[in-house]
Amino acid sequence: MAAATPIGCGRGAAVSCIGAGVRIVTCTSVYHPRVTAPVLELRAIAKRYEGNPVLKGVSLTAAAGEIHALVGENGAGKSTLMNILFGMPVIRETGGYEGEILLDGKPARFDSPQQAMAAGLGMVHQEFMLLPGFAVAENIKLNREPTRRGLLSRVAGRKLETLDRARMGADTRAALDRVGLSIDEWALVAGLPVGHLQFVEIAREVDRSRARVVIFDEPTAVLTESEAREMLRVMRDLARGGLAILFITHRLDEIFEVASRITVLRDGEVVATLDPARTSAVHVAELMVGRPAKVAAAHVVQTHGADAPAPVLSVRDLAVAMPGERVDGVTLELRRGEILGIGGLAGQGKTGIANGIMGLYPATGSVAVEGRPLPLGDPRAAIRAGLAFVSEDRRGVGLLLDESIELNMVLTALEVQGRFLRKFPISGLRLANRKAVRAHAQAMIRRLDVRCTGPAQQVRRLSGGNQQKVCLARAMTQEPRILLVSEPTRGIDVGAKARVLEVLTELHLAGVSLIITSSELVELRSICDRIAIVHAGRIAAVLPPDAPDAAFGLAMAGEQDLAS
Amino acid sequence: MSGPADPVTGGAGEDAGGARGGAPGGPPAPPADASPPPGPVSRVRALARAAGVPRLVIGFFLIVLFAIAVATRMDVPGLLTDSLARIARNGLLVLALLPAIRGGLGLNFGLPLGIVCGLTGCVVSLNAGMKGWAGLGAAALIGLLLSIPVGWGYGAILNRTRGQEMMVGTYLGFAAVSGMSIFWLLAPFHNPQLVWALGGIGLRTTLSLSGAYDKLLDRFLAFEIAGISVPTGTLLLFAGFCALTALFFRTRWGITIAAARANPRFARAAGISYTATRTQAAILSTALGALGIVVFAQSYGFVQLYTAPLYMAFPAVACLLIGGATVSNATVLHVIVGTVLFQSILTVALPVTSQVVQGDISETARLVIQNGMILYALTRREKR
Repeated sequence: MAAATPIGCGRGAAVSCIGAGVRIVTCTSVYHPRVTAPVLELRAIAKRYEGNPVLKGVSLTAAAGEIHALVGENGAGKSTLMNILFGMPVIRETGGYEGEILLDGKPARFDSPQQAMAAGLGMVHQEFMLLPGFAVAENIKLNREPTRRGLLSRVAGRKLETLDRARMGADTRAALDRVGLSIDEWALVAGLPVGHLQFVEIAREVDRSRARVVIFDEPTAVLTESEAREMLRVMRDLARGGLAILFITHRLDEIFEVASRITVLRDGEVVATLDPARTSAVHVAELMVGRPAKVAAAHVVQTHGADAPAPVLSVRDLAVAMPGERVDGVTLELRRGEILGIGGLAGQGKTGIANGIMGLYPATGSVAVEGRPLPLGDPRAAIRAGLAFVSEDRRGVGLLLDESIELNMVLTALEVQGRFLRKFPISGLRLANRKAVRAHAQAMIRRLDVRCTGPAQQVRRLSGGNQQKVCLARAMTQEPRILLVSEPTRGIDVGAKARVLEVLTELHLAGVSLIITSSELVELRSICDRIAIVHAGRIAAVLPPDAPDAAFGLAMAGEQDLAS
Repeated sequence: MSGPADPVTGGAGEDAGGARGGAPGGPPAPPADASPPPGPVSRVRALARAAGVPRLVIGFFLIVLFAIAVATRMDVPGLLTDSLARIARNGLLVLALLPAIRGGLGLNFGLPLGIVCGLTGCVVSLNAGMKGWAGLGAAALIGLLLSIPVGWGYGAILNRTRGQEMMVGTYLGFAAVSGMSIFWLLAPFHNPQLVWALGGIGLRTTLSLSGAYDKLLDRFLAFEIAGISVPTGTLLLFAGFCALTALFFRTRWGITIAAARANPRFARAAGISYTATRTQAAILSTALGALGIVVFAQSYGFVQLYTAPLYMAFPAVACLLIGGATVSNATVLHVIVGTVLFQSILTVALPVTSQVVQGDISETARLVIQNGMILYALTRREKR
C-alpha cells in the first residue's frame, strides 16, 4: 500500500549521481511548468542530537494545491523536521543537518526563519506567535508594514517612514476574509477567543504574498470541534488557491477529511507514504505505533496480573491543572504488585496524572492509598504515605544539578523521613550522617551502575542516563510502596535504558507497585501488566500489553469506538 | 558547586571554599590541570584558579603594603594589632550574610535591619544601667529576640518580591535606618548618659560603652605576643559562630534551606516549601546581624546610632565577595578569607599610603575596593 515517494526533480532539473550517494542538481535554463511538480522537496534529511539520530534520511515532497499530512508519535521527528525546514536556530546550534531542501527545484538552506519566510515558507504554530497588545492588522503586518514616505523619513531614512494604515487594514481584511474570519481587523489580539487566534495566524501566513508552502503544526489542537471543521475548510480553500500545505496532526479523522497524501514518520524514518483513498485509520495507526520489538518479561505479567489483588492506589475523578498536560477526570486503580502503564500522546494529560497524585499541581478529585485518603496538593503527605516519584522533568524537578550525587540520592529521605541523621534532641538540628550517606550512595551507584567518578561528583556532569539513575536511586532510597515513574527512558542511551528497565522490574518483583508513564509505547508494552491510554485528559482505554497495535493507535487518537 | 570531599552539604564545601572563587560553578579541576609539565606559567595559572584572581591581587597588594611598612620602619606589630581587632570586630557581620546567600536571598543588603535590632538591644541595656557581662548578654538577647519578628517580616517582603531581593533589601535597610532615626529621637530613654544634655530627650549620635562593656570580649583571655595584642574573646566568638554556621548547614534544617535554593521545584517535589526556607534564611541572617553589631559595638567601644548603620551592609558584602563568594554561593571559608583580606587592607593602607603619598587616599581606596568588588561580583555570570 505504501507508495514510494517520487524522488527527483520535475521541471527539467537533471539529477546525476556522483560517487557515494552525492547528488548534484543541475538546473537547466529550460523551464517546464507542470501541475504536479513539487514546490518543496526534502531529500534524505538526517539530524542528530548529541549523537542520537532523530532523523534518519527523511524524504518527502509537497506540490502546489495538495495537503500533505505528516503523522507520527511524539518523538518520531516531526518537529525536528519542521525546525530544519524553517531554519530554526536550534538546528544550527546543535550541529546542523544532512540532506537537501529543494524549493521550486532549487537547493535552499535556511539559516534563520526570516530567510525561510522570505523564500516563501509559512508556518502556523502550535503555540500562538502573536503580540497580545497589538491589533490584528498590526500583528498580521508586523515587520512587513506598507509605508509611505513622510517628512521624517526624508531626513532620517526608511526606518522612519509612516505606516500606511489604510492599506494595512485593507490587506488584513482581505486575508481575514480568505480564512473566513469576520472579526474587526483593528481589534486587539489580547481580547480574542483562543479559536480566533489560530485563524489570525493563518491569515498572517496567507497575507504574505510570496508564501508558497505553509506548514500547519497541529492547528486544531486548541480548537473546538466546529472551529476545527472551519479550519479544515480554510485549509482546503488555501490548497485550491495553489498553496502547498504540510499538515501535522494527531487527529486521524482530520487527515482522512482533507489530506491528499499521508506520510507516516516513526523513529526518524518515513515508514510509508499513503494515499488516503486506499488506506484506513486503523492501518495508519498501526504504522505509527509499530510492532513492539518483543514482548519481554512475560513472567512479570503472569505472576501478578491474573489474581487481581486489592488496589493499593485508587484514583477517582482526578483533574489536574498541569499546564500543557491537563487531566480532566481520570479514574483508575493500581493493584498491589502491579505495573500499570500510562501512555498517550504529548499534551493529552498522561504526565499530569502522576504529578497530580504527588501534589505537584493543583488537583481535584480523590486519591486513596490503601484505603486511606491522600490530601491533594501536599507532596510531603504523598511521600509520607509511601509514594515516590521520578519526574519526567529530570533536570528541572528531579535533580539538584549543582549538588553531589549522594546528596541528590538521600535528600528526600533525609528531609521528609528524617533518615541518615545523627542523634540530637532537636530534630531539625540533627547532623547528616555523612558516613551512612556515603555508604548508601556507593551501594546505589553499584546497584544501578551509575558511571561517575564517585559519590561526590556533581550531578550536572553526568550523562542523561546516569542522571536518570540518580533520580531513580533517590526514589528507591525513600523505600516506597508505590513508585510513580514518568518517562523513565526519555533521552537516555540504550545501555542506561536497559538498566533502568531492569531495575524497575526488580522493584516490581520486590513487591513495589508501579505506575510508569511513558511516551514509548513499545517499552510500556514490554514491562507493564496493563496500559491505560490517555486522550484529552481522560482514560481512552485500558489495554493489555498484547492488545493489537491498532487498538493502541486508535485509543491514542481518541477513537476508541473504532477500536472495539 | 559541591566540594569534592564534602558529601552532604554539597554547596557548603567548606574545604573547597576559597578554591572555587575564581571559577564559581565551573568544572571541578578540569583534567588539563593535571597535565605533567608544571611550568612556571601553568603553576601561576593553577594558583590563580585555586585562589581566584581577586584574592591574588588583593593578597599581593597587602604584601606590598606590609613590605613598605617594614621598609619605612613603621610600627608593624601595631598594624597587626589593629588588623586583628578589625577582623574580630567585623567577622560576625560578614558571617551574617551567609544564611541569606545559602537560602537564595542573594547578598543581604538589608543587613541594617538586623543591625538596628542589635543597636536597640544595646540602648535598652545601657538605659537600664546594666554593666559587664550582664549588660552585654542583655543587649545580645534583646537584639536576637527583636530580630526574629523583624527577620520574619523581611522574609515575607522578600518572598513577595522574588528576584529583586538585593534591590529590595537595600531600600528596606535604608528605610529602616531612617525610621529608627526617628525612634532614637522620640523613644522614652531617660538615662542622662545617653540622651542629649539639652532638652533631656533624644539619644546622642554616639554612646560610649566605657564603664558598661567596652572591649569586654576583646579583653577576655587577651594576650600579647611579639608586640601584637590579640582580642582573644572576640576572635573565639567569631570562630565559634563560624563553626556553628558550618555545622548548621550540615543539619537537616540547613540542608533543607540550601536544597530549596538549589532547585525550588525539586524542593517542592520533596515536600519542602521554598517560601518557608527563604523566610528562615532571612531570620537567621537578621539575627546574626543583630548579634554582630553588639559584638562590633563592644569592640569599638561605642554604639553608633542614627545614620551610622546606613551603609554598614556594603563593607560586609565586599568582605564576603573578596573572600570568593558569589551572589548564589558562599562558604564559611569565604567569610574568613574575605574578612581577613579586606580588614587588613583597610588597616594597613591608611598609615602606609599617608607615609608614601603624603596624603590620605585610604578612604578612596576603601571605596574603590569595596564598591568595585560588589560591582565585580554582580557582573560575574555564573558559568554552567
